[in-house]
Amino acid sequence: MPQTIWILIIVLLPLVGFLFPALIGRKYPASIAGLVGVLLHLASAIISLFVAYAYFFQVGKVNGIYQKMIPLKYSWLQFYEGMSIDMGILLDPISVMMIVVVTFISLMVHIYSTAYMKGKERIGTYFSFLALFTFSMLGLVISSNIFQMYIFWELVGLSSFLLIGFHYEKIAARTAARKAFIVTRFADLGFLIGILVLSFYGGTLDFNTLIERLTGNASPQLQAALTTTFIGLPALSWGLILLFIGGAGKSAMFPLHIWLPDAMEGPTPVSALIHAATMVVAGVFLVARMFPVFAQSASDVLKLVEYIGLFSAFFAALIACTQTDIKRVLAYSTMSQIGFMMFSLGVSGYGSENGLGFSASLFHLFTHAAFKALLFLGAGSIIHFVQSNEITSMGGLRKYMPITHITFLIACLAISGVPPFAGFFSKEEILLACYQQDLIAYVIALITSGLTAFYIFRLYFSVFWNKPHQVNQPSHGEGGFAILLPLIILSLASILIGWIPFGMFVSSDGIALHSSFHLYFSILPVLIGLIAIAIAGILYKSENNKSERIAASLKGVYRISKNKFYIDECYLFITRNILFRYLAKSAAWFDRNVVDGFVVFIGDSTVRISERIKVIQSGKMQQYALYFLIGALAIVLIFVYRIM
Amino acid sequence: MQPGLYHLLFISTALFFIGVFGFLTRRNLITMLMSIELMLNSVNINFVAFNKYLWPGSMEGVFFTLFIIAIAAAEAALAIAIIINVYRSHKSIDVEQIEELKY
Repeated sequence: MPQTIWILIIVLLPLVGFLFPALIGRKYPASIAGLVGVLLHLASAIISLFVAYAYFFQVGKVNGIYQKMIPLKYSWLQFYEGMSIDMGILLDPISVMMIVVVTFISLMVHIYSTAYMKGKERIGTYFSFLALFTFSMLGLVISSNIFQMYIFWELVGLSSFLLIGFHYEKIAARTAARKAFIVTRFADLGFLIGILVLSFYGGTLDFNTLIERLTGNASPQLQAALTTTFIGLPALSWGLILLFIGGAGKSAMFPLHIWLPDAMEGPTPVSALIHAATMVVAGVFLVARMFPVFAQSASDVLKLVEYIGLFSAFFAALIACTQTDIKRVLAYSTMSQIGFMMFSLGVSGYGSENGLGFSASLFHLFTHAAFKALLFLGAGSIIHFVQSNEITSMGGLRKYMPITHITFLIACLAISGVPPFAGFFSKEEILLACYQQDLIAYVIALITSGLTAFYIFRLYFSVFWNKPHQVNQPSHGEGGFAILLPLIILSLASILIGWIPFGMFVSSDGIALHSSFHLYFSILPVLIGLIAIAIAGILYKSENNKSERIAASLKGVYRISKNKFYIDECYLFITRNILFRYLAKSAAWFDRNVVDGFVVFIGDSTVRISERIKVIQSGKMQQYALYFLIGALAIVLIFVYRIM
Repeated sequence: MQPGLYHLLFISTALFFIGVFGFLTRRNLITMLMSIELMLNSVNINFVAFNKYLWPGSMEGVFFTLFIIAIAAAEAALAIAIIINVYRSHKSIDVEQIEELKY
């Protein structure tokens, strides 16, 4: 395949972008840091478009089925025949789609950052970290080997940590970075054990072989994995559940979501790239990658994915309605949308029409990347203008930032599922897939979709309408070309990419899925969305106290939601009062007394013995000579009389 | 009576242990050096004796002895130089006084 080298270049350009500033170090001039980053990622994005074109329209399809191609595989660490950690490239519709999303959003964020980060300290480091992230994420999506994916999975976690804590002089940023790292790391432990379980039964780490062996009734590996049970569940289910825990940690699914809102301490473009569009969907990508196994061999685990996703979507939407920090609203919205994706995977079956949920989920991933990145970049501009994150200190901004206003509105309409914007198409597909499988879940999803429209328009009206803005710096514009260009491109994307017949390209089994447009079906969700927008408009469009009155009447519910259902407090309680008090304390006692005691005992006895025997080294030369003589005579005696 | 190999070996052994005794009991560094020379010479006697009685046709033992004597001369010069330095720093060449190198 002639494109192999191009795919490598796509991945390696960001690596250059990471190593180049890192090797030059402090002398790296801040003025060219952004430019180099933008150019590298521009090249990467353009090549990725060509590769996607080549894959989808030229070489990818054989007999009407999109193939899983492995153009490059290098055996990196072999345990035994067939079980090895490979570094390879796996091309299939989802990885090609992700390559395009990652490079494209990364390019937008780079362009935006050149203006947004202007004049800040450590710009070289910032762009270096961004490039590291892009490299790791690209490595993750093209992984042909589950362990390769795990390696890059940790690398994206690392770059996320570095970027959240970029303003490390702020305590909040430091703690947020640590929290994100610990929570996702904890989840990654599940991922690792899941890999071990699955590869133990599958006998391989290679994705294609693993999937092949763990599906289909004839496979002996599958039978072994199904018949071995642990606490009532087959080993296969355990492996997949653990894998899903890893994915849930990265994708901020309940109850491992607590790091995502705090991660908003990072610079806003970082939030757009990592915590909205790309890294947080890695969990969805993981489940999608292993989807044949989930769907064909362990539908019970897929049910779990569905419920966790659905609950996270609903739960996060509820919280988003009451938050007042613009980035936190968007963070909970991200969590909610990823919940939608997970849930859509959960209701999906494998193959042809049953696989609608699969296509819908990745379609939503695709559109969500565009409009959520747009929302975050818009929020960055707003925060920059107002110098505050609180939506209560915003209002009436539409006159001051007309272009930001229009693009933000487009993104809001897209996420609310208003036709003809991108979110409409993907969300309709999800709802349709759900409607065919599970009616109760459909109702909840419908409510969540209404809540989505409500909270995002609450944000929109509070920021751009509501009270007139008190301008502190009248000369302060909405930003130059580098700020507006990504906003405009992303808003065009948010309008247009919904029209792509996504199922034709990405489906569970590679066979094109013709999703027909159901006009009657769409009426209800759109209507609910419009009603929610209208309610948000009534409550927040002009300055009034209706929303406070409603909040007051909903006293308890409002307070719980405002405090994010006290999940953070639960975690704190568990760690402080249970983990620290009982587990950590007894472990500390054991460490101090038994482990340390043993070491101290060894040291002490060594000292005591050497005090005794040091007199042998007297410094008297003739004594030494005597010892030597005695030794020599002893050896002579031993050899002569063969005593020993 | 012609002396045999055993006579010579007896002499060299006696000489060697006289040297060992002197090295262990004398406190004066010069005397100790002399004791070492005794031990060295006992070895030389062994060389010559074995050469004469066991391999009468060859001369290696004799040549070795000559080499050892030459090297012993150099060694004695070195040892005396060390002893002079010890005397300069300690104002004594009594080996009991020189025992700083210990625990």
